[in-house]
Amino acid sequence: MAAIIQVEDLKKFYQMGDVEVQALRGVDFTIHPGEFVAIMGPSGSGKSTLMNLLGCLDTPTSGRYLLDGVPVERLDKNQLAVARNRKIGFVFQQFNLLPRSTARENVELPLVYRGGISTEERQQRAAEALDSVGLGDRMDHHPRELSGGQQQRVAIARGLVTRPALLLADEPTGNLDSHASEEIMALFKNLNDQGITVVLVTHEPDIADHAERQLVIRDGQLASDIRKGQEEVAHAHS
Amino acid sequence: MLTADRKIAVPAENTPIRTEDEPVDIVLEEQGISLGESIRLAFTSLMANKLRTILTSLGVIIGVMAVIALLAIGKGSQDAIAASITANGSNMLTVRGGAANAGGARGQFGSGQTLTIQDAQAIADPNNVPAALLVSPESGGGGAQLVAGSQNLGARITGAQPSYQQIHNLSLADGEFVTDAEVTSIDNVVVLGANVAQTLYPGGSPVGQSLRIRGQTFRVVGVLNAQGGSGFGSTDDGVIVPISTAQRKLFGDRAITGGGGLLVSSIVVQARDANSINAALDQISTVLRDRHQLPANGTADDFSIINQQDILNTAVQSTKVLTLFLGAIAAISLLVGGIGIMNIMLVSVRERTREIGLRKALGAREKDILTQFLIEALSLSTAGGLIGCILGMLIAFGVNLSGIVQASVAPLSVVMSIGFAMAVGLFFGIEPARRAAALSPIVALRYD
Repeated sequence: MAAIIQVEDLKKFYQMGDVEVQALRGVDFTIHPGEFVAIMGPSGSGKSTLMNLLGCLDTPTSGRYLLDGVPVERLDKNQLAVARNRKIGFVFQQFNLLPRSTARENVELPLVYRGGISTEERQQRAAEALDSVGLGDRMDHHPRELSGGQQQRVAIARGLVTRPALLLADEPTGNLDSHASEEIMALFKNLNDQGITVVLVTHEPDIADHAERQLVIRDGQLASDIRKGQEEVAHAHS
Repeated sequence: MLTADRKIAVPAENTPIRTEDEPVDIVLEEQGISLGESIRLAFTSLMANKLRTILTSLGVIIGVMAVIALLAIGKGSQDAIAASITANGSNMLTVRGGAANAGGARGQFGSGQTLTIQDAQAIADPNNVPAALLVSPESGGGGAQLVAGSQNLGARITGAQPSYQQIHNLSLADGEFVTDAEVTSIDNVVVLGANVAQTLYPGGSPVGQSLRIRGQTFRVVGVLNAQGGSGFGSTDDGVIVPISTAQRKLFGDRAITGGGGLLVSSIVVQARDANSINAALDQISTVLRDRHQLPANGTADDFSIINQQDILNTAVQSTKVLTLFLGAIAAISLLVGGIGIMNIMLVSVRERTREIGLRKALGAREKDILTQFLIEALSLSTAGGLIGCILGMLIAFGVNLSGIVQASVAPLSVVMSIGFAMAVGLFFGIEPARRAAALSPIVALRYD
């Protein structure tokens, strides 16, 4: 089975004045379709850098990253934008919904940027995506008329509408109370059960516990890779 | 680790990643957002903050409004000046004594007055000057004191023939104009300008009354209607006497030439129509050169002919320059409006940094963001241009209602000012749009 994410010796260095910051110092792992993976790590561990690279928001200094068959490290800015649009559904901590657009218009947005899809089909697909997160009756509401948990579900619908290779969520429960957090994690679980690959970046262990596999990043390297009910499958190499 | 049986082509060896010339062997189908959707997104953004959108456009609105209104009023003034120059008759030529290019040897002493009443009669002969419709010899004798009872006023005295009234479009408030009989018999009669009548006979009717000019008694036969200002001095402040009376009785010392001919200060000729002005000019010149016995070659005219058309052209030209000058100032305000758009767009880019980051994360390419912001700037300036255009036309309309001048909006000024407004929006929209497009999605998403 072809991997969704295949990362080999991925490195990212930043130049901060005279100092070179080694945010990511060579990371290897593979994520297969249908997995539910949590990427964990304290702040400053390189977790956010990895998330940016996985999300095609940034390019690595060296190493390889194959996303659903696409060698991301070789893409230019334009192609990265297309890759983000086609392959990835983003879910952010801040929800990042357009405040003056309705839930459905927000969900339609990635399809608008894809182009070549008729307005009817776009609206149809947005409605389906909202249905799948249980907000079929809130399509014409604006974000301010929705609770935090509902807003995050709109964002998840927006992530799903392009039928991406994976759903990439960055601290998706960071702005939610515990009840709404549980709801959102249940939704991720549900989507994962339907075969959608979910990658979750979080620093909260109880959120990460919902995932079937936990990758822990520490000091720019993979510290551990644990599947639920299994022994550690890979060790970090130094 | 990557294994050999992957279906996807990946570089075999561990080469540096971002080599530019190496072709990417995967093709991401790139369709992208349509122009219609870009326009829709831009309008949604503009509508999201209506007050700001209107205020941002205001600079352009005022600029275009000023350009259209000023050019229209300028055109109106131009027409008004042309109308006032032709108000006292059109297709006019004025013949004056003395050469236009004064200089060289001039034997006679004095003012160089060379035109006589006989010259005027010769010009009036249709055999000599068929292109002339009306001929009015005039004797601008100069000022004199008018005394009527206890009232006393200095006024300009003009000696004229009946044709003077027609050629200068004069109408009478009371009485009648100087007649041919009065000219022939050198009568002491006077026609008063409106202001003169008002001053000398406050309240009463002057016709039939007597007044004294240079110690001689004159009978008032008529009063002119007020004419207002004209290109060549108003008749309101002067009086008119028969030309023969002016020449012989009032200014006799200045009016007799060596040869005994009676001098006139000018001969005003009205050509039959605009097309016969040049013919009239040539014919008058021929008659006068013949009468003054000037050799065909080498000698300059001892008279000059002023073409009203030339004065008109000069006046129109100078108002045109003034109008362009005002238009240019207004155009500068349009430029300032463009800077206003740029300023707000820059603020807007900063304010919407997170939104731009989100759009990029969702797959907007740099050119998509660039297009959206350019359309926003262009919409602001175009809408501003259209609104300014309508307001400018309303101002022109208001000026017309006020009756000061008849402002007329030229279609070219509308097209040009809206075009200029659009160009301004595009030019000043580029930098904010470029900044928005260049934002890194990572930085933009973290921005707050």
